[in-house]
Parts: sequence; C-alpha cells; structure tokens
Amino acid sequence: MEIKDIENLAELAKIDLSQSEKESLSKDLESILGYIKQIEEVKTTKNEVTQGDNVWREDETTTDLFNREFILNQFPDSQDGFVKVKKIL
Amino acid sequence: MTIDIKNLTIKKAGEMLRSGEVTSVEIVKECLKNIEEKNKELNIFLEVFDDALDQAKKADEMMKNGKGGELCGIPIALKDNILITGKKNSSGSKILENYVASYDANVVKKLKEAGAVLIGRTNMDEFAMGSSTENSAYGPVKNPLDPTRVPGGSSGGSSASVVAGMALGSLGSDTGGSIRQPASFCGIVGMKPTYGGVSRYGLTAMSSSLDVIGPFAKTTEDAEIIFECISGKDKMDATSRDVLSKAEILKISPRKVIGVPRDFLKEGVDKDVLKNFEEVLEKLKANGFEIKDIELPYTKYSLAVYYIIMPAEVSTNLSRLDGVRYGLRKEGESMFDTYKKSRSAGFGAETRRRVILGTYVLSHGYYDAYYNKAWEVRRAIAKEYEEVFKDVDFVLTPTTPTPAFKFGEKSDPVQMYLSDIFTVSANLVGLPSISIPSGFSSDNLPLGALFTAPIGKDFSLFEMEKYIK
Repeated sequence: MEIKDIENLAELAKIDLSQSEKESLSKDLESILGYIKQIEEVKTTKNEVTQGDNVWREDETTTDLFNREFILNQFPDSQDGFVKVKKIL
Repeated sequence: MTIDIKNLTIKKAGEMLRSGEVTSVEIVKECLKNIEEKNKELNIFLEVFDDALDQAKKADEMMKNGKGGELCGIPIALKDNILITGKKNSSGSKILENYVASYDANVVKKLKEAGAVLIGRTNMDEFAMGSSTENSAYGPVKNPLDPTRVPGGSSGGSSASVVAGMALGSLGSDTGGSIRQPASFCGIVGMKPTYGGVSRYGLTAMSSSLDVIGPFAKTTEDAEIIFECISGKDKMDATSRDVLSKAEILKISPRKVIGVPRDFLKEGVDKDVLKNFEEVLEKLKANGFEIKDIELPYTKYSLAVYYIIMPAEVSTNLSRLDGVRYGLRKEGESMFDTYKKSRSAGFGAETRRRVILGTYVLSHGYYDAYYNKAWEVRRAIAKEYEEVFKDVDFVLTPTTPTPAFKFGEKSDPVQMYLSDIFTVSANLVGLPSISIPSGFSSDNLPLGALFTAPIGKDFSLFEMEKYIK
C-alpha cells in the first residue's frame, strides 16, 4: 500500500500519523491484507441471508435516572450546562 | 483464620459466608492484601475501589438478614470497559483516562443487587484489541504463573486477578477470544456466552456484532454462578436474549457426541497442545462420549472474516471518540483539527492500526470485495455450524495453538492475530463457548480445552469440566 493511500485513510479516520508510522502502517496493512485476501477464493452464494429479526419497542419515555452532574463533568469544554463545540462553518 | 484465596472457590466461600464461618470483610481484606503485595509487579488492577470494604460490610449485613445469595459478599473484579456509576472507566486507553461513568452497566446492576463486592477495574488491551495486554496504554499485565509471559488478552487483567488471589471471580468481554484465550493462558475457566446472552448495556463497544460479556472463575461451577446472575434479556440492549435455563438443559436427553474438526489441527499447533488434546479426547471416550470427526470447510476462513468485520465495526464505533462530549481533547485550529489532535494523542498504535484497516475495508471500491464478501462467508460459517450441530452436541478444539507466550514474542500483527484462530468462529456465529483447564505443557504452562455448543445451550457447557478431569 502506498504512503498516499495511508494518508487518505488517516484523513478519513481523522487521525494524524507521523512519517515513520505511515511507513510501518503501510507494511502492516500489506501483511494483514495479504492474510485476509484468502476470502476471495471462497465460493459463496449471495442468498444465504439470515439476518437477525428486527426488535421493536414502543417509543415511550421512561424515568431512568442519569446523574446530570456526572454527564456535565465529562464535557471537555462547556458553558452554562451546555457542551461547547468549535465553529462548524 | 487465614483464608487461602488462591484455592477458594465461589461455591465454597458462599457456603462459609452463609454458615457464618467467615465474613465478606475478611475475604475482601485477604484479596486486598494480595493486591497490595503483587499488583505493582503484575499490573493487574488499574484501580482498586476505595469502597470495597464498605461494600463487604453491606454484604455481611445482607447475609445476616438472610438475603444473601450465592454471590453475596464475593469479591468480583471487572474489566476496565464495564461501567460503574461514579467510577473511572478507561477501556485501557489514554483517550478515556479520566472518563467517569454516569450509569451502571446491566451486569453491574445485577451484581450489586446480588450483593457482590466490586473490588476494582482490571487492566486490558486498549479497547479490548489484543491477545496479550501488551496494547494497554497503562503497560502490560504479567502472567501470575510466570511473569515473563503474557496473561493473554484482551481481558488479561480479569483473568490474572483470579489466579493471583485478588478476586474470586471476574468479568471480561470476548469479541474474538478475549475471555477464553486469557483463561487458558492463566489456567482457569473462561466463558463466552451466546451472543446477546448477557446484556452489553454499559460495555464500551468494540465490535458490536461480536462483543459479549462473560465470566472468569476457577471452576465451571463458579463460572455458572456468575453467568446465572448476569445473563438474561435486558430492555436496554435490543440484541440481548434469554438462553435456555439450566432446568431446560437438564430436560434435554443427554446426547454425548463431540465433534472434532481435525483439519484445524494440521498445522501451526504446538506439539504439547496436540498431545494434551488427545488426552482430553481419551478421557471423554472413557466417560462414554462418542468422538466424531467433522468438517468445517468455511470455518477455516474465520480469522480472515474476523479481521474484516471487526476493524470495520471498530472504526465506526470509535468514531464517537472525538474529544467533544467526553474524553481527551487536544485543541486544534478547526473542528476537524481538534478531532485529529485528540484522537492521535488518545489512541495507541494497535487502535490506530485497526481504525485505519477498518476505514480501508469500508471505503468505496473495497466495500464489496472485503466487507460484503466477509459477511457472505460469515453466514456460510453459521450455516455450516447449524448443520454440524444436527450430529454433534459440542465442537471441541484446543483453546489456543500454543501456551502463554513471552512478552514481545509476537511483534508481527498477523502472528499475534493467529493466537485467536480457534476462538473467533464462536463469535462470528454467536455460539456459547468455554475454555476449561485441561492440563499442562512440558514447561508446566496451563492448557485449555475449548467446548462450543449450539446457540442458547450455554448451560450445557458448565457440565463438561468433570469429564475431562
């Protein structure tokens, strides 16, 4: 895998990588992909879909209590009990 | 009196507690003493809860009032990815180093109701990704049986805590073998329930179509006591379900057929492991079991399938960690820059590797070739097990291809991943599976036998220990 491919994936995954990590990741991914590529040889039929059943429930409000303080205390940045985020636009 | 925690079962401790022979405070103090003596060296606990003795006092009260069940007063250790209100929970990662949980996991709620003493949170591979605990942001756990070796992973701390006499039982999570492999490496019992058999509400998500919480203990009887307490449907986890009860399992006429996929044992398996495995088969035969060779041609692709589906789910699950609502934040110029800086500072090397790999297999152009294909093979594997279980009651393999390895021995990721070769298929299919101690290697390292049963037949697994003794 080329370094520029790793850079593209890192951008998508929102992770900064050092040059040496890009190089080692490129090698690791080659090796991992080399291993997982073996599934290409498996003959499967597409109709083997046995996905789980949908689980439905009524959209009801419940009174499960969360500790508000605990949640607020987790905000890395906040103002007046609201989480503060960076400008998006 | 002195209590030998290392040789005390939950069953026995419960009897002693109920008869008044010992108190929970005494048992917990003994565990704390072992932690005090050994934790610095072994790095098993990330935190020992300062209210452990208070919990023990409460349990003793409960016991006095005749309300104590089998887990009342029993010290249980929890993997650092299971939430307890008001306690830190880092999932072995720097990005959640100071995260404090705002609610109890369903398993924690159940353990608290049973009067169990939650003694502390145990070290683990970051976000449960690893087979040795070498990926923990807080340093690796050392195997109490031989500190030059790994305890297995990712629930290595939970497994080691039981062997080191720091708790009588513990909880871990198993995504590809993370309970069974460390149980085998430490010489104890580790059980992965049916997918959904235990609620995951309050478990930090790694790979949601695979993750499940399960028990570690010295005996299958003890593991069963914990499983009985924590299992069952929970409205907060839509994937949770009830499994067949013990009474229902006992009603099913005991068929005694064990399937062995011989193909899996052909290469890459240590000779001591193979020798021990044959001995296990002999014991089973002597106990009236029929051993049948089975073929699972799709299952040999399990690990490849796993290393597509798991990183794909990891990359999506961990995208919530961006330093906005909780966890580490490193300020950047823009919003994206802040995400990047926070995630780069907070994630360790293996986490980055899997997030990048997951992003790759899900990216446009590769999605069909990898992710969709992996799901097709996964379904074929499920179907194949369904067929096999028409003829056999259990599938049996060794738990791991080798006994516990040394630190740094598996520096190549693929080599490390291969230590889960026998365990992953149960996760892909959702089957209940247990590792039971089966003997020792020539170097005196513990080995395990891995029994896997059909979906919902979790309670049948606990019966197997007596047949391989």
